Amino acid sequence: MTVRDETILARPVVTKANKGLLHVQRFFGYLAMALAIFLVGLPVYWTIIAAFKESAEIYRIPPTWVPLNPTFENFSRAWNAAPFGRYYINSFITTLGGTLAKVLLAVLSAYALAFLRFPRKDLVFLVLLAGLMIPPEITIVPNYLTVGRLGWINTYAGIIIPSAAVAYGTFLLRQAFLALPFEVIEAARVDGAGHVRILLSIVIPMSQPAIVTMALLALVARWNDFLWPLLVTHTSDMRTLPIGIFWLRNSEGVINWGVVMAGSLFLIVPVLLVFLWLQRYIVEGIAAGAVKG
Amino acid sequence: MPSPRERHEWLLFVLLIGPNLALFAVFTYWPLIYNFYLSFVRWNFLRPTKPFVGLDNYANVFSSAQFWTIVTNTFVFAFFSVGLTLIIGLALALLINQPLRYRNTARAVLFSPVIMSGAVVAVVWSYIFDPRYGLIDQFLRPLGIASPNWLSDPAWAMPAVIIVYVWKNLGYAVVIYLAGLQGIPRELYEAARVDGAGPWARFWHVTLPGLSPIAFFLSVTSVLATFQAFDIIKVLTDGGPVISTTTLIYHLYTLGFVSYDAGQAGVVAVVLFMIMLVLTIIQIRYLEQRVNYG
Repeated sequence: MTVRDETILARPVVTKANKGLLHVQRFFGYLAMALAIFLVGLPVYWTIIAAFKESAEIYRIPPTWVPLNPTFENFSRAWNAAPFGRYYINSFITTLGGTLAKVLLAVLSAYALAFLRFPRKDLVFLVLLAGLMIPPEITIVPNYLTVGRLGWINTYAGIIIPSAAVAYGTFLLRQAFLALPFEVIEAARVDGAGHVRILLSIVIPMSQPAIVTMALLALVARWNDFLWPLLVTHTSDMRTLPIGIFWLRNSEGVINWGVVMAGSLFLIVPVLLVFLWLQRYIVEGIAAGAVKG
Repeated sequence: MPSPRERHEWLLFVLLIGPNLALFAVFTYWPLIYNFYLSFVRWNFLRPTKPFVGLDNYANVFSSAQFWTIVTNTFVFAFFSVGLTLIIGLALALLINQPLRYRNTARAVLFSPVIMSGAVVAVVWSYIFDPRYGLIDQFLRPLGIASPNWLSDPAWAMPAVIIVYVWKNLGYAVVIYLAGLQGIPRELYEAARVDGAGPWARFWHVTLPGLSPIAFFLSVTSVLATFQAFDIIKVLTDGGPVISTTTLIYHLYTLGFVSYDAGQAGVVAVVLFMIMLVLTIIQIRYLEQRVNYG
């Protein structure tokens, strides 16, 4: 996957005159890459070694750059210091539930906007898009009151539903649906396929990359969501991972960095694994969205 | 008169898009309106009455010295975070945008903090900033520099928050810049070369103008994002020490959920919304222009 991408880059014509310059350029390119990897990698490395150090070693000056007696003790202590098992379950439920809701709503809305007739459809689309101008952060007080009135404080519904509506995702999928070959859909319609058939057997399979990208962006956003779950959950057994690590730092930080860093790795590792596996969809999706404007 | 078939389609349209629109109405549009309403009443959540007080809440908020410090904090945070991200991001993107081996690996590594939770990033950095045992101190000590008390010194807390924010979001700018650089037609470079333009001239007359729409997009969306930044500030400094890292969004949170002052929280929500609306409109205007002339 790395190799294929390189072909996009047209290589400049190399003449003798600028060959030297090109070498210098490349040198600085590699230097920049090394610097970038160092900048991101060092804090992550520092976290990992702290998680494996014995607690006395963390408070040693000067510090060790490789743990002297690598131990898993911090991980078990972090796991016992806070109900991480429960945090994982809560995070999985709210992330999957929230993402599923978003994908479903986006697919249905986009299908309606792309393929169905409705008077002043453009206006409906505009109302939906205008939602992008209202950041969720400014809605916290009224939404807390609404969720309270619905009896959803400290519930999964209370975490998931207020952020389930989807504007940007609908926009992305509508674009993707409109780009599908019209003849294929028309042919299916002539063959007597109804909307459900067309949606399930043509539209969804053919726009799979767009749906996957949209779903992944929603997944990452739900998994990392902090402000709203912090407000709407009150008991330790309803907290999600980002809230959990915050509380763990507050109770164990400074005096027990090894435990806190081990807890941090509980959050970082799964996300990094998913990212390494699917980074193409995520990175390309974000880049494409920006360039097309 | 619409045909029965057409009416059937209308009904289906409403069924499909209805739930999404209903959620928007309840959890996005209604809160916006309700914030306006709240900004005109005096209401402590714990009390049953909400007397109408006209512009009192606005007067109270705008006349407090604290509020203007918070507004300044918000803009300082936005300016330095976005400025540093855009400049460092551009430099890295320009250098990496060559047929180098492992280029995509570097891009992925740089991007990885973007998808990490802000809360966990801030937790990790609160250890890095530890003035005695943290990572930064390990580099300062050999130089004979004493580490500042990053998170408990009002002069250093904001720089600390900015450093973490830039660290987390730099990769996003790099990815967007790289995409923009690939969108600049090769022929422009070739033409400039034929005209005898050196690398510096090509940068000024081809690369920079070619990137300016992307840079504009990045700067507006990044400024909007800084106005919404909460998790890093909450975890790293809790808005402090004193109010040195309190931004408008953090202030809104404190008013609403610490002092239970719905009226003043409403005012801050309205102010924040207005600022962001103006920025968004500028962006849309600009994009429209680009479509018209480009």
